[in-house]
Amino acid sequence: MPIVSRGFHGRARDARHRLPPGQYETADFPVLSAGPTPAVDLDQWEFTVRTETGARHIWDWAEFMALPSQTKTVDLHCVTKWSKFETEWQGVSLDVLLEDVETSAEYALVHSYGDYTTNVPLEDLLDGQAWIAYRYDGEELPPEHGGPARLLIPHLYFWKSAKWVRGIQLLDVEERGFWENIGYHDYGDPWREQRYQGD
Amino acid sequence: MTLTPDFLDGNAAAGDLEFLFGTDMTMASGRCRGCGEQMMLAQTHAYLGGPGMVLRCPGCEGVLLRLVHSPTQVWLDAGGLDYVTMPAPA
Ligand SMILES: [Zn+2]
Repeated sequence: MPIVSRGFHGRARDARHRLPPGQYETADFPVLSAGPTPAVDLDQWEFTVRTETGARHIWDWAEFMALPSQTKTVDLHCVTKWSKFETEWQGVSLDVLLEDVETSAEYALVHSYGDYTTNVPLEDLLDGQAWIAYRYDGEELPPEHGGPARLLIPHLYFWKSAKWVRGIQLLDVEERGFWENIGYHDYGDPWREQRYQGD
Repeated sequence: MTLTPDFLDGNAAAGDLEFLFGTDMTMASGRCRGCGEQMMLAQTHAYLGGPGMVLRCPGCEGVLLRLVHSPTQVWLDAGGLDYVTMPAPA
């Protein structure tokens, strides 16, 4: 890459991006997993929203692909302290998926293929803050980064952006997920450095 | 659904476990609460580098043990194990 262009890019970056406290920038995209990578067949893939009353809304892959998608460029902040700027994703907004879901729940527990879960307040999934993403950097989302589809919720630490997502359970009472029930913060705001319970 | 492994052998977790238990755990063995398989630490599947450390059963891939370090606290969940046993010091 020509030096002139690099310099220009660097200045643009400095002006537009900030690092949350305790983070450093990386150009890599580290793969962090708490278990084996599931290979999910698209003809068996389903995404389910289950409400606090037990009502289910289910999309198969074809139905999910038929939903309107958005392309977003966002910064990622991992609790292991790396941040990655300007990552490009395509996915379906949770506003679309939750549009016809009747609920008075305040909490969500996100479930993945495999045994991973993570908890987020329902309001953090709405209003253009979260997507079910299935393309990264113009390509199909690879399995090691959560493909066929993962949650993308970039305003929280990246462990909340559950890989291999299979559904969302809406709850009146908060239930803790895989990392939250062993010390990690229930909310996980990188700007308030909410890494661990009590932060 | 098939699963692709990307783990290290459980001895990769030996340092973290020694920090917690105060003794070398590489001679420890335990039994999986999920499937009943009995194994040495080295036979477990260790997933490191994430927010915490996870040991999984080589038989059923269930979680045996999870360990999280913060700057001020250590959290341990060994609920996936029926028991852990190791040779008593001579
Ligand atoms: Zn087992």
